[in-house]
Amino acid sequence: MARLQELAERRTALTGGHRLCPGCGEPIVVRQVLMSTDDPVIAASCTGCLEVSTTIFPYTAWAIPWIHIAFENAAATIAGIEAMYKALKTKAAKGEPLPDYIDPDANYKFVAFAGDGGTYDIGIQSLSGAVERGHQFLYVCLNNEAYMNTGIQRSSATPMGSHTTTSPAGSVLPGKTMHRKDLTAIIAAHDIPYAAQSIPGRWRDLTTKAAKALEIDGPTFINVLTPCPLGWRCEPAITPEISQLAVDTCMWPLYEVEYGEWKLNYTPKEKKPLDEYLEPQGRFRHLFRDEKGADVRKRMQEFVDYKWEQLRARCGEE
Amino acid sequence: MPQVEPMEGNQAVAEAMRQINPDVVAAYPITPSTEVVQTFAQFVADGEVDTNFVAVESEHSAMSACTSAAAAGGRVMNATSSAGLALMWEILYITASLRMPVILTVVNRALSGNINIHCDHSDTMGARDAGWIQIYAENVQESYDNLIQAVAIGEQADVRLPVMSCLDGFLVSHSYELLQVEDDDAVKDFVGPYVPRYPLLDVENPLTMGPLDLYDFYFEHKRDQWAAYEPAKQAVIEVGQRFGETFGRSYGLFEKYQLDDAEVAIVALGSMAGTAKDAVESLRAEGVKAGLLKLRLFRPFPAEELAEALAGLKAVAVCDRAASFGAQAGPLYAEITSALYTAGVSVPTVNYIYGLGGRQIAPDEIISIYRDLEQVAAEGQPDQPLQFIGVRAFSKEEHADMYAF
Repeated sequence: MARLQELAERRTALTGGHRLCPGCGEPIVVRQVLMSTDDPVIAASCTGCLEVSTTIFPYTAWAIPWIHIAFENAAATIAGIEAMYKALKTKAAKGEPLPDYIDPDANYKFVAFAGDGGTYDIGIQSLSGAVERGHQFLYVCLNNEAYMNTGIQRSSATPMGSHTTTSPAGSVLPGKTMHRKDLTAIIAAHDIPYAAQSIPGRWRDLTTKAAKALEIDGPTFINVLTPCPLGWRCEPAITPEISQLAVDTCMWPLYEVEYGEWKLNYTPKEKKPLDEYLEPQGRFRHLFRDEKGADVRKRMQEFVDYKWEQLRARCGEE
Repeated sequence: MPQVEPMEGNQAVAEAMRQINPDVVAAYPITPSTEVVQTFAQFVADGEVDTNFVAVESEHSAMSACTSAAAAGGRVMNATSSAGLALMWEILYITASLRMPVILTVVNRALSGNINIHCDHSDTMGARDAGWIQIYAENVQESYDNLIQAVAIGEQADVRLPVMSCLDGFLVSHSYELLQVEDDDAVKDFVGPYVPRYPLLDVENPLTMGPLDLYDFYFEHKRDQWAAYEPAKQAVIEVGQRFGETFGRSYGLFEKYQLDDAEVAIVALGSMAGTAKDAVESLRAEGVKAGLLKLRLFRPFPAEELAEALAGLKAVAVCDRAASFGAQAGPLYAEITSALYTAGVSVPTVNYIYGLGGRQIAPDEIISIYRDLEQVAAEGQPDQPLQFIGVRAFSKEEHADMYAF
């Protein structure tokens, strides 16, 4: 495992000058993932904030090969690149010349970055297909829990009670009325070599997981809760802290599933009440106004407790 | 040694793919193109090709993976039909815009609804503005020959465009014909090695592909893309000639059949042209100066060459195996009449929609079109150019009977 100083000295695959918002979790996650390996990396992104803010023609913030094709196909896109790499390497093994632009001694890595809309919703088929086929790639979900690029619409990653522009809090409805989908467990259920959850606020957790995933010759998945100050209506300065609060309230547990074995990576010394995570975020503000909101917060806490106990059981904890 | 073998259209396509030996095939099954993919999958299973075959979970992912695989830097092929092509629709434009010479066999089939698995051209006609080259085959031999040429056309340095090689579902895909199969090495030589341009796998020269492109540059990029289609047309001509020099079967933008001295002519795409040739022969025996223009290249559309070929005729019937709902007439008719008007060629031109959903068109129906043309030639351009042929008109009572049970 690399020390912080070693990581800091590694290449910057995503340079400064991009136009993501102040406090956006996405570039933090992308940099931490890409500095987790010294091997050549080819990246693909789905349509979304990361794509539109880092590649405004004629500029690019990417110092590694990068491709975007469309919204719902980040997994198919990275799979196609990996398939071509494997095809050319296999032909070379049979005696045909390897193209001179491919380093014969290097182990190329393939990483897809996609938001929760492009992963939980419109891209789940593409992702499910690609992991079932066993391509060698790491899929990183930059999960900011809504369609932020189009203006904060709810996705199936959006937690209950969240105000979004398509699940607005109103005089009748308290924001989103359904719980979110447990995508990490869904992907783990594909029996892939590695699936995990992480946050940008714990660099050691994320870089360790990314390094582990990138060493595996098969499909790997890391779901990273990625704060969005604009959509979450929180201070840009607290991005790492708010992600840590998600972990300490067990709203977003850090765990990994390695070859079918579930493992908790972090158990808070004291499980904080969910309200501590909700309160700094404007998207939940309406839940603190009246009894109805309090009832929703109670249901949210119950769901967090239920999922936490379910996870602990899967991980063999008491 | 080149061999003559009885082969189905789909098998002929798979055979050409085996000889081309692409690096990646990412495909999904759909009737009637499934057999192409499954025959090819057997070649992979038997080690007859070096291809990395990716059995994707949808046509959307198929075209996504094909596009990114081509971007990575290698030769990519695929096959589909109908709804499968429709599901690829979003990505088709991106494949062309990224200038990735993906080669796609389309076994033409009607679009839903209602669902119908048989031939018409509404699938590829729906994709006609996506930026792909479109070549249509009349029979099994042409399906095989066109696919080999498609690789050479699409990959030409000044073209770099994806190609749809189209054949009629069931009518060609599931019909046996005697196929001239060329030598593997001769086909390999004809298509040559794949020469990637700006491969994404070149990590020393990292490239950003598919960026956000706004009003300050997008339009220039589209204008630049436009410039690829004239070289594409020339490539179709040159590759068709070279194919003739190599294998003895030459191809152009279209085939003129008894056209040079004809007075009335049909313009058609695909397998109908074969039936029309028989009709022309029987009419010629009667002394009717009938001719046929079998269009091969629909995109880029060879407007000037078509106008020149049709000038001097007394009447033309354009046959569309696709409906363009709400339009004045079928898509091929719209293109042909636009070409004639632009070239200042004045020929009375009528449109026949035929064969939707696999409805057969019989020789006597084609003959009746030529008979109509003789009248059009005498009376001039009719007010209503659109007609349907081979479709029944049910009476109210007949309709009632259909639902009586």
